[in-house]
Amino acid sequence: MSASIVAKSLCAGYGNLGVISHVDFDLQPGGLMVLIGTNGSGKSTLLKTLAGIISPVDGEVLVLGELPGSSPENVAYLPQHPKTSGVLPLRAKDIVAMGRFARQGLLGRSTAIDSEAVDKAMKRTGVDAITNRSLAEMSGGQQQRTHLAQVLAREADVLLIDEPTAGLDANGREAVKQILREERSRGCAVVLATHDLEDAEDADLVMLLAHRVVAVGTPSQVLTDANLRACFGFTDRH
Amino acid sequence: MWHALLAGVLVSAVCALVGTFVVLRGMSFVGDALAHGVLPGVATATLAGLSPILGAFVGAGVMMGGVALVSKRTRLSNDTAIGLMFVLMLSIGVMVISKSDDFRGDLTQVLFGEILAVSTARIFWLAITVLVVGAVVYVARRPFLLSCMDADLVRTSGFSPSKTQIVLHALIGVTVVASFNAVGTLLVFGMLVAPAATGALLARRLQTMMLIAFITGCVSTYAGLTISYHADLAAGATVIVVAVAIFLVVMTIQEVIRLSRPREIEVGHHLHTHDHDHNHAVPGRGL
Repeated sequence: MSASIVAKSLCAGYGNLGVISHVDFDLQPGGLMVLIGTNGSGKSTLLKTLAGIISPVDGEVLVLGELPGSSPENVAYLPQHPKTSGVLPLRAKDIVAMGRFARQGLLGRSTAIDSEAVDKAMKRTGVDAITNRSLAEMSGGQQQRTHLAQVLAREADVLLIDEPTAGLDANGREAVKQILREERSRGCAVVLATHDLEDAEDADLVMLLAHRVVAVGTPSQVLTDANLRACFGFTDRH
Repeated sequence: MWHALLAGVLVSAVCALVGTFVVLRGMSFVGDALAHGVLPGVATATLAGLSPILGAFVGAGVMMGGVALVSKRTRLSNDTAIGLMFVLMLSIGVMVISKSDDFRGDLTQVLFGEILAVSTARIFWLAITVLVVGAVVYVARRPFLLSCMDADLVRTSGFSPSKTQIVLHALIGVTVVASFNAVGTLLVFGMLVAPAATGALLARRLQTMMLIAFITGCVSTYAGLTISYHADLAAGATVIVVAVAIFLVVMTIQEVIRLSRPREIEVGHHLHTHDHDHNHAVPGRGL
């Protein structure tokens, strides 16, 4: 089975300015890689590189065997703070349906398969209860759910998610974890950026970042006191 | 009068299609700058005995090319680049006009339009413009919509943010050029923004926003022309004043409704949120 994501000596950054370098990993289909680090440690930069939003400064990276951004219909990206404007005349259902645009392209028609994927994603995230609510009428948590549903609606083979559990309570975090487990069980590779060490429980790979790769490997290999001290400056996991 | 009404309806249609995205993307400054940026092109073409429309197209092209050049070659924001080209083009337009005594009489027409004197040929071209702009908006609706949320979302959905931006700028340029003959370069911006802003206040769907913008534009045209006829006022300017007045009235009504029901809204929202949170506070269901 070929890896969903392969990075070799990757340097991610903006323009010629590297933010994080010497990134090497293979992520298999159905695998979960968790990027852990403080603010500004390079997590979001690495995710944006994998999503094809910014070009690698150096090194190699392949997503589903192609350069990042080459197959948007099979890769879904959820930024940390999706930009939303209260003036946008869009209902929750419209926003989730935008997740199918990558598969529909410019001229493709919306089909029953698209509708089914949208309905399913809304149900999984609980957005089906606010189908007709506009962005301006949603709470922060409801907007967060709606954007997650948009990403799930793409039914991608690779999910790149930035801090999806930030600001959620225990039930919310567990719900996100459950959704990610379901995605992985159908073969979707997931890369998750987070501050929370608990998010690494299910991971196949953990990468500790602090403007550099502190450590990468399985949770038991990586989440050692020495590595956590190097990453966060302390070792208390809670 | 019928020609003026028909021209107003067509201008309302093209401005609703494009103005919706101008308002949603917060591109009002680009629209304003483009509306003024065509002035030197129109003035030069008129002095040279060429078509003002051709001049307007060249002016819009130079304006947007200049903005792209300054943005790309410097670290200045797009906003600053637009501002620089805006004042440059407007100043050149005034300089060209000041050099010709013959042209001064036409300046009012260029700036404020002559909706009561729109020819059948101009109406024909306006109709063609509505069809072309409508077709482009339909084809590009997905990247346009994504760009209203986030440029990164455009890219990760497989569309080009830069091409999306260029097409939208081109549509604004075409709308300005096609409409300036009827409502003038200064006032076409009002038709781009005011009806669409009213639509944004009322609509919950994009198509509804466009429809409200179109209807508001048509009502503004009819009411503006009627008022200007009876009060002997400038027709184009009266149309725009009505369009902005409609926006202000809708905004005021919404504000009054909001202020008159603070407790009901608060209680309703709280109950709904509580109920909703309760319904989704189980793993695997809600977040």
